Amino acid sequence: MKARSRSLLLARLKRIPKLVVYIVGLVPALWFFYLGLNDQLGAEPVRALEHELGLWALRFLLATLAISPLRRFAGIDLFRFRRAFGLLAFYYAALHVAVYIFIDMGLDPGALWADLLKRPYVTIGMLSFLLLAPLAITSNDAMIRRMGPQAWLRLHRLVYLAVIAAAAHFILVVKSWPLQPLVYAAITAALLGYRLARTKRPTRSGVAQGMDR
Amino acid sequence: MLIPRPSSVPASEITPRSLYLRRREFIAGAGGLGLSGLFSGSAASARLPAAKSPFSTQEPPTPLKDVTSYNNYYEFGSGKADPAANAQSLTVDPWQVSVEGLVAKPAQYQLEDFIKPHALEDRIYRMRCVEGWSMVVPWIGFPLAEVINSAEPLGSAKFVAFETLVRPKEMSGQRGLLQLLDWPYVEGLRLDEAMHPLTILAVGLYGETLPNQNGAPLRLVVPWKYGFKSIKSIVRIRLVESQPQTSWNKQAPREYGFYSNVNPNVDHPRWSQGTERRIGEGGLFAKRRPTLMFNGYADQVASLYSGMDLKEFF
Repeated sequence: MKARSRSLLLARLKRIPKLVVYIVGLVPALWFFYLGLNDQLGAEPVRALEHELGLWALRFLLATLAISPLRRFAGIDLFRFRRAFGLLAFYYAALHVAVYIFIDMGLDPGALWADLLKRPYVTIGMLSFLLLAPLAITSNDAMIRRMGPQAWLRLHRLVYLAVIAAAAHFILVVKSWPLQPLVYAAITAALLGYRLARTKRPTRSGVAQGMDR
Repeated sequence: MLIPRPSSVPASEITPRSLYLRRREFIAGAGGLGLSGLFSGSAASARLPAAKSPFSTQEPPTPLKDVTSYNNYYEFGSGKADPAANAQSLTVDPWQVSVEGLVAKPAQYQLEDFIKPHALEDRIYRMRCVEGWSMVVPWIGFPLAEVINSAEPLGSAKFVAFETLVRPKEMSGQRGLLQLLDWPYVEGLRLDEAMHPLTILAVGLYGETLPNQNGAPLRLVVPWKYGFKSIKSIVRIRLVESQPQTSWNKQAPREYGFYSNVNPNVDHPRWSQGTERRIGEGGLFAKRRPTLMFNGYADQVASLYSGMDLKEFF
């Protein structure tokens, strides 16, 4: 009985239109911009907005990477939504960077350049964003066809570097060692460790395995 | 030029202070409803009469709401809202504080006796956090120099070491697996910095006794240094011969020096100190403002550091 209701639930999950995932996924962004414009983000609203957008970027990035192990270990198949999660991660990263450049730094090119060169957390954060950009641009069927699946897969391995950079960026922004960035770093390590373990003992070959990562 | 005036509210519409103060009786009454735990230990704030001071800035003070809800006080958690949420559990009355070490008259005081000899002053100071934000806080306090003088320091005393309470039962950040600093929180000043007229021990803000999240019942305020130097909830003031350890310096010596003077020309290794965001000023689109040398107190304190390389002694 339980198993049946579970499979029913999983089947329903699969039928959710992708557009709904995009819309629901952007609700936090709209919500935090709304709070910010209405002076509801506390004493330091710019920092709060930046922080929330960055956090959601990291969450969607980790969700994207969690899809493969979820199917393998929990039998939950969300592969249909992987592109949506990945693109949402990029959208949030882009909003995070935009708030930093336009609102936080007030579009001051000198200060931006100095930050980028001298502050490792900015350098690493920007690196993460730049790594995600080509992945977002090629996240459509036409690009997969044009590039060929092998090249496309090779390119999209950049996501591993991007998530490492994002997790490190989070740790570098804070004083001392508070729990939250460490938890995100641990999840990142677990999701990458899973892939490392899989590449060490290949069960299938080539593209099929790659697609499954 | 039009100068905006405060809106005139008829006296009849202001809640009489006596009634307003009775809100605590109402809160106490809630105890009968099983709510006592919610409020226990919260100190009744009391009005503190204080004289104006020429050391006060003319800048508009940061709203009380921000001063009391956006705090760094790791004994109650690392989030900015944690102290306001968790510090109500701290018992600040009774409170003992000791003045000891290289002094002719060491003593332990009850807080009332410690404060009694001193005339309270309003000190409206800029406060610059090492994280790049700032406030203007109307403190109430008295010069630390008075305390040091009356303890009669010995000739060998060169530094002053301060210590915050350790009471894990009431300080949630001192419990559990992941503790962010070594306890007790310790801070220190050179004796001449401690004796400087700008350096005060604060017992109140905005006309009333200190809220717990702001370091009740007794804290240091050194306005030309980054906020973490202004140690909260002090239980020990000790005069010593050599430079004392300080908490953030122990935690990350490359990032937080003993002096920690506000200095826009010496960056924190991980972020710039050239600008700051003034809390409560202009919402989401508020511009950063340039950070001033010694937080704008250079005229008064720069001479303390003449001949020193402030990049080395950061």
